[in-house]
Amino acid sequence: MVMPHLDAAYNLARWLAGNDHDAQDVAQEASLRAFKFFGSFRGENARAWLLSIVRNTFYTWLRKNRPLDKSLDINDETTEIEDVSANAEEVNPHFADADAVRRAIAELPVEFREIVVLREMEGFSYREIAELAEVPIGTVMSRLARARKLLQKRLTAEFNQGDER
Amino acid sequence: MNCQQAKPLIDPYADGELEASAILELEQHLQSCPACTLALRNLQSLKKTLKQDALYFTAPAELRQRIKSELPSPAKTVPRRPVWSWNWLTTAMSSAFAVCLALLLTMTLSRPSADQSLAHEVVSGHIRSLMGSHALDVVSTDQHTVKPWFNGKLDFSPPVKDLVSQEFPLIGGRLDYISGRNVAALVFQRHKHVINLFIWPAKERASKPASITPIQGYNLIHWSDAQMTFWAVSDLNESELMQFVQDFAAGETMNP
Repeated sequence: MVMPHLDAAYNLARWLAGNDHDAQDVAQEASLRAFKFFGSFRGENARAWLLSIVRNTFYTWLRKNRPLDKSLDINDETTEIEDVSANAEEVNPHFADADAVRRAIAELPVEFREIVVLREMEGFSYREIAELAEVPIGTVMSRLARARKLLQKRLTAEFNQGDER
Repeated sequence: MNCQQAKPLIDPYADGELEASAILELEQHLQSCPACTLALRNLQSLKKTLKQDALYFTAPAELRQRIKSELPSPAKTVPRRPVWSWNWLTTAMSSAFAVCLALLLTMTLSRPSADQSLAHEVVSGHIRSLMGSHALDVVSTDQHTVKPWFNGKLDFSPPVKDLVSQEFPLIGGRLDYISGRNVAALVFQRHKHVINLFIWPAKERASKPASITPIQGYNLIHWSDAQMTFWAVSDLNESELMQFVQDFAAGETMNP
């Protein structure tokens, strides 16, 4: 029940930890933990269950290894982000440069980043993400919307810069 | 609806999470509002951008190897003996054993097995699939995804059915190797019990579902129809497993 979802576990760990080495540590520990506690698994979705363990493992690791990481407590309500999505011009319809996209995602606060990964790469529903990340569904929606605004802003800036060059 | 009301709905709309009544209202607004339409289009292109394969990190082979080696048993070994030392398996198996014991006490005679060595292979296949090494090759609750997945991997097309309405949801499928040939294994779930259904072309005559003497605490039911032979195995109790078999035999087959 663990190995079929190892890619998902590693992908989430990799996006959260930001590098391969730490991601492997987190994914490995989470997998072994999942295996050990499989008996307590009552749900229907093994992938969601494994990813919630990856997430918990990561945050434990983060507190231990990067206690000063400022992104740990984000203020969901007051962070204002300029909305560029409805700007007069169309935002670049093909953000094809994967490196630029990667950088933009990596710059997101970790709480935003995990929601983006769970929604867009893993395809979980708002409700599944809320359960997995242990936050209210409204918080999932607001973080996702804010994350997208940040990404659009970043990628638009990057694209325009590329244009001028 | 004005733009102020429409804005917060655009994200859930693009995510397919908006309720039907709000969808209608928003779509009406979009028809007359170029700014919100553009916002939606930009969001859709962002979503597509984020979904590209290049952004998905697949697990390095070394990680996969390391986890396999740390799991209680190497993946390739076919277990001959039950794996007593595993907490979760022993829990599952001890309950299965209680059922098995009760059956032995209540049954006046146990049915003779059709083919004990085949039954052992089937149980080994089932245990292997639970060992965390190889449960599913294709993870899908959709029979229309699972069935085509077998194309080109087997020289036959197994019947695939989803019994979600009977509370035996399909969770996926994989290839397995039983009795010297490649076989299809469909994986179903009943609460937290896993059911493996092994399928391969029948050589013998059609036979009605019959319970085989449980092996290592696992219940087995075997039957054949005109084309395929079936082995269902699970730690589920015998009557529920029989229910599953009857539901499967009665369920709508997907046309090949």
